[in-house]
Amino acid sequence: MNVHLSHPTRDIALQGPKRVADIFKELQLIPEAFLVIRGQDLMTEDEIVADEDTIEVRPVISGG
Amino acid sequence: MRCRKCSNRAVLGLPRHNTAYCGPCLTEFVRTQVQKAIKVQRMFSPEDRILVAVSGGKDSLTLWEILLKLGYRVDALYVGLGIPGYSERSHEKVERFAHDVAEACGSQLIIQTVEEDAGAGTGVKELANLIKRPTCSACGTIKRYQFNRVAYQNNYDVMATGHNLDDEAARLLGNVLNWQEEYLQKQSPTLPASVEGFSKKVKPLYRMTEREIAAYAVVNRIDYLVEECPNAKGAKMLVYKDVLNRLEAESPGTKHRFYWGFLEKQKKSANTSNHSMTDIDQSTLLPCETCSQPTTAGICSFCRMMARAKTATR
Ligand code: SF4
Ligand SMILES: [Zn+2]
Ligand SMILES: [Zn+2]
Repeated sequence: MNVHLSHPTRDIALQGPKRVADIFKELQLIPEAFLVIRGQDLMTEDEIVADEDTIEVRPVISGG
Repeated sequence: MRCRKCSNRAVLGLPRHNTAYCGPCLTEFVRTQVQKAIKVQRMFSPEDRILVAVSGGKDSLTLWEILLKLGYRVDALYVGLGIPGYSERSHEKVERFAHDVAEACGSQLIIQTVEEDAGAGTGVKELANLIKRPTCSACGTIKRYQFNRVAYQNNYDVMATGHNLDDEAARLLGNVLNWQEEYLQKQSPTLPASVEGFSKKVKPLYRMTEREIAAYAVVNRIDYLVEECPNAKGAKMLVYKDVLNRLEAESPGTKHRFYWGFLEKQKKSANTSNHSMTDIDQSTLLPCETCSQPTTAGICSFCRMMARAKTATR
């Protein structure tokens, strides 16, 4: 799967299928600080991302 | 995961409430929480005219949208800071929201820029360099000043900002770690218009976490700027937020227990103390000699900053 990340903007490839919760673990990210979006839809932590999917892991924390 | 209210597919789990919601139920939950904040903290009534400060980010655009959806009389102020790239993109998001959503509700957007104050071609960073101050501190002074001035001069009853639970909990943590008691006193979701020249200030999103607000924005197709201001890098607030989110992961509800517990204590001590914040403000604030906005110094920090910038460029 293709994972789009921000701050800085970059794309990485991960092996799918994988649960959203496991993607957080693999990337060592705290779920409370991100949303996972597929297309225009939010995904909860128990949902499975397929190998052919593209998702955005969007940070929600702002510092200003 | 299923929505706890209607059993449709959930789009967001809310561990701190031990629940999960689908899109429409999340929207209803967020709007209800904002309405509750407005009522409990006596922020404003449907007759009041509200000015919301917008930056193009998720919090301020979401606040603008929610207040419109709840039927309040709200306009918005955008302060352009002249930050190359970032300012153009944030301005564009704000204009687009105004055009696509707000205009149809009769809500207007007011634009103010740093370049107008500091002279053509000068952004907040150049201005801060000129007077040898950290960029964010100069920026904060400018935003606070412009916001208050526009609200006051245009007779808005109250000014609203998009500060959320994460912002307030992180700020509280910072203030407590450094025992900044004078700041603690001012950390309330509603600050009264204590003296002539100051507008009432409110934070209607203080009950919502950043994640809940971002989820609301995604569900309701609010097109906000995900990119951060380049000057935010390394900000202390980000460290505090990260620490709090780690605690939240271990023990959901930590952030709201921390901040709401503080508000409870603050309320109790206000009931027993005979010096309210309004009393203190009235005894320490006088009109600025240059612009007449209230200040504890003879000349307010904004006017001092602008005067220093002028002598530095000469
Ligand atoms: S990060 Fe600093 S410079 Fe950027 S908008 Fe916030 S206060 Fe201003
Ligand atoms: Zn539902
Ligand atoms: Zn002044």
